[in-house]
Amino acid sequence: MRKLIPAPAPLPSDAATRHSAPHDSAVAHVTGRAIYVDDLPAHARMGYLAVGLSPHAHARLDGLTLDAVRQSPGVIDVITAADIPGRNEVGAVYPGDPLLAERELRYAGQPVFAVVATDLVSARRAVDKAVIHATPLPASLDAVEAIAQGLTVLPVHHHERATPLDRGSAMKNNTQTREAPGEAPAASHCVSGTLSIGGQEHFYLEGQIAQAEALDDDGIRILTSSQHPSEVQKLVAEVLDRPLHSIVAEVRRMGGGFGGKESQAAALGAMAALAAARNHCTVRFRLPRRDDMLMTGKRHPFETHYEVTTDDRGILRDTTISLIGNCGHSPDLSEGVVDRAMFHADNAYYLGNARVTGHRAMTHTASNTAFRGFGGPQGMMPIEAAMDDIARRLGLDPLDVRKRNLYTDQKDETHYGQRLDQHLIGPLIDQLEKQSDYRHRRQAITAFNQENPIIKRGLALTPVKFGISFTAQHLNQAGALLAIYTDGSVLINHGGTEMGQGLHTKVCQIVARVFDIPLGRVRISATRTDKVPNTSPTAASSGADLNGMAARDAALTLRARLLDLAAEQYRQPRDSLTFSDGQLIADGWSMPWEALIQAAYLKRVPLSATGFYSTPTIHYDKTTGKGHPFFYYAYGAAVSEVEIDTLTGEHRLRRVDILHDVGDSLNPAIDRGQIEGGFIQGAGWLTTEELKWDDKGTLLTTGPATYKIPAYSDTPPVFNVALLEGHPCSQATIYRSKAVGEPPFMLALSVWSALRDALSSLTNYTTSPALDVPATPERILLAVEAIKSASTPAACPEGADHG
Amino acid sequence: MVDTTPATAVQHADPAATPRLHDVELTINGQTHHLSIEPNVVLLDALRERLGLTGAKKGCDHGQCGACTVLVDGRSMNSCLMLASMADGCDITTVEGLAKPDGTLHPVQQAFLEHDAYQCGYCTAGQMMSATAILNDPSIERTDASIKDAMSGNICRCGAYKNIHDAIKTADARLNGGE
Ligand code: FES
Ligand code: FES
Repeated sequence: MRKLIPAPAPLPSDAATRHSAPHDSAVAHVTGRAIYVDDLPAHARMGYLAVGLSPHAHARLDGLTLDAVRQSPGVIDVITAADIPGRNEVGAVYPGDPLLAERELRYAGQPVFAVVATDLVSARRAVDKAVIHATPLPASLDAVEAIAQGLTVLPVHHHERATPLDRGSAMKNNTQTREAPGEAPAASHCVSGTLSIGGQEHFYLEGQIAQAEALDDDGIRILTSSQHPSEVQKLVAEVLDRPLHSIVAEVRRMGGGFGGKESQAAALGAMAALAAARNHCTVRFRLPRRDDMLMTGKRHPFETHYEVTTDDRGILRDTTISLIGNCGHSPDLSEGVVDRAMFHADNAYYLGNARVTGHRAMTHTASNTAFRGFGGPQGMMPIEAAMDDIARRLGLDPLDVRKRNLYTDQKDETHYGQRLDQHLIGPLIDQLEKQSDYRHRRQAITAFNQENPIIKRGLALTPVKFGISFTAQHLNQAGALLAIYTDGSVLINHGGTEMGQGLHTKVCQIVARVFDIPLGRVRISATRTDKVPNTSPTAASSGADLNGMAARDAALTLRARLLDLAAEQYRQPRDSLTFSDGQLIADGWSMPWEALIQAAYLKRVPLSATGFYSTPTIHYDKTTGKGHPFFYYAYGAAVSEVEIDTLTGEHRLRRVDILHDVGDSLNPAIDRGQIEGGFIQGAGWLTTEELKWDDKGTLLTTGPATYKIPAYSDTPPVFNVALLEGHPCSQATIYRSKAVGEPPFMLALSVWSALRDALSSLTNYTTSPALDVPATPERILLAVEAIKSASTPAACPEGADHG
Repeated sequence: MVDTTPATAVQHADPAATPRLHDVELTINGQTHHLSIEPNVVLLDALRERLGLTGAKKGCDHGQCGACTVLVDGRSMNSCLMLASMADGCDITTVEGLAKPDGTLHPVQQAFLEHDAYQCGYCTAGQMMSATAILNDPSIERTDASIKDAMSGNICRCGAYKNIHDAIKTADARLNGGE
């Protein structure tokens, strides 16, 4: 440009408030101006897409009669698998997810054909006119049976630690030996159990949606509600058989994702793109809620078994845990999900001799997928069940059993060989125990239960230790693109996507912090694959860790250029220069940010830069089941108090106290929101959200009328949430913060454990009632009835209980 | 064939027949609109597709999530469950009409902003519209329990309920001098 824009006056300093900046879309949200894909104005020639879904869980597809569909009013195009120019495959990692079914129907709800029409109603009406000719085949609908029959989507995996690494006692007493099998010492207690864990529908309030636009140069632009735009781009390219550079995927924001838009959004993008490319127009594809629930994968249900032995104090000696993940009909992300369940089978406890097995069962249901926690929550449940069981067996408070089994600096190695470098969980639990007044409340609740025959209360404190990093190593990378314009305004773009978790806000804060300029100078733009390429999904809680670092890297590059310029141009010693509150300052010298940028432009200093980050130190060897898969761990603990009605099984959450570790928080308000929201979502999974299929494998719970997610009134009346202060992350993460998206979800295990505590009060805390998940009123009532009819504890195999 | 009932309209006995158009008059955010619409068009679609008011969201299309809540003659309604022609002659407020014309936020909006009462934002318009109706309704007690009850039709999958509740209490204090 020949003439520069007049340098604007510096913005007022926000140094004091930047730390708790509101969400980047705050004003847009409260005014209703925040745009989601379905809110975009319609194009003049716009097609609307609807899909026909398989009515069978498993069948041979003999053919389709689509004439009536084609003739239906408003129909522009009808698409089947035969019309796909490239690969008919949208699987995230392994093949197995055709865009449209071909020859075989593999679950009820699988897309079989697509209709494009001039309006949505016409498209959906036309779909109903199809006839799907199919021959039903036997369907696999039970995960345990599937494993018995060898029906898996991927092979079994083991973690095994044959030798206990009790370095503490080894140091004190080097004569310690392992007992040979069958020679367990006299004081040995064995506890075992089976726990069935339900899945979970994401129920992102904005359903799956994508809009594809055919561009004039054979390119395709896809506006998608996806956590992984690079994968949408890649799969669209494969389906259309076009190079990646002709496809752009863009995400401004999602109305919730929770993992459900990590791999599942790609099919919509690919379908819309195919329709747009065929008809040279813009096509919008929004799934109605019912189709969304039928078609897309959910949290994996798990069938688990555990068997542990302990000493008299309840300390684990041997732990055997078997985890069967119900993966649905295809692999999708199940390799990582079941691996993560296995990595979290210890939760926060030293397991002693350990054997953890992960199975991946194939069933003819929608392919289960990522959901906040990614298998971690399911993986933690057996050992938490065992903690309660041990406590009942030994007549101890479950909290004491938990505390005795925590990792310590003496026992710091997980069953997969990673050493813990930050021993926060012990002190964190001690602090929460005091803050929540656990011991007094325990006494009060025991007294209450003695006096009240019908209503019973329960209390539980459970910890969380959650490993941060993608378990697929190469995904632990991120990129960013930073531009500074001549008025001093800054535009940052990075590979992460915004789904409400406040990632964009945090990234803007990071950039503002590098230059120490007001947040008002920094703006973020939609995530686009033509700005930052080859990005990883916004998942595994890693959004801020990875993209924040990449943005900082780009900002540091520009910072260095600006310092070089100032040193040379204004003859200030380079190391005396600092960015401070909207200025570049040195001894007795200062220059406003805006003026500095204009000077840099005139001196032809490049004012844009890319940034990159890859997480150091992580590795994992799948053949040995050993390694260091996580960069660090995030910790937390929660105390929940519940009340059950033993005549109806209804229950209520009375009070929750949470203490959670986010290192040095980037934004305490956002982090607290993630903790509260994660906890509520976890409590929903564990208590009210129940997926039901009929005996033919068709999902029955296909809307909010039959599938109950937590409502406003399910929030506990007392809900104390605190961040653990004074413990920056031990690893060099972005400003020593820790990831916060997933870990709080598992704090809700305390609700389930508290329900078991309330049930246990019925036998004066002598038995540990089994309670499958979700612990609906029905299940609680059944547990109450079971206790009433028989209260003898289950016998242990091999008669190992000599205590 | 899996049932894929059209979500935006009641099914016709004869879908090929073009239904007679209805003339309706809707006063939306103080402005009067005359629309000629099919009698089976729901209010939410009329707002979003005909009038470009996309603040009200379609979360479920079944009257179960509250994301589509608007005020009809001051009462909160799920606009996905109401036919546009039923609102003929009514006074409708959507989230776009909450703030003053000069842009000054309504106390409910201001309180939501201050309390970060959203995460993904998809439920936010509905939450604010329900909250506004509750705070205008003297028959609803201002206790935690009755506010929770009255808000129970609005789900938030992000679980931002705690901040939403705090925001409503703050707005109540400002509007009604509540505690
Ligand atoms: S869209 Fe109307 S209540 Fe859900
Ligand atoms: S903020 Fe996401 S649904 Fe409420």
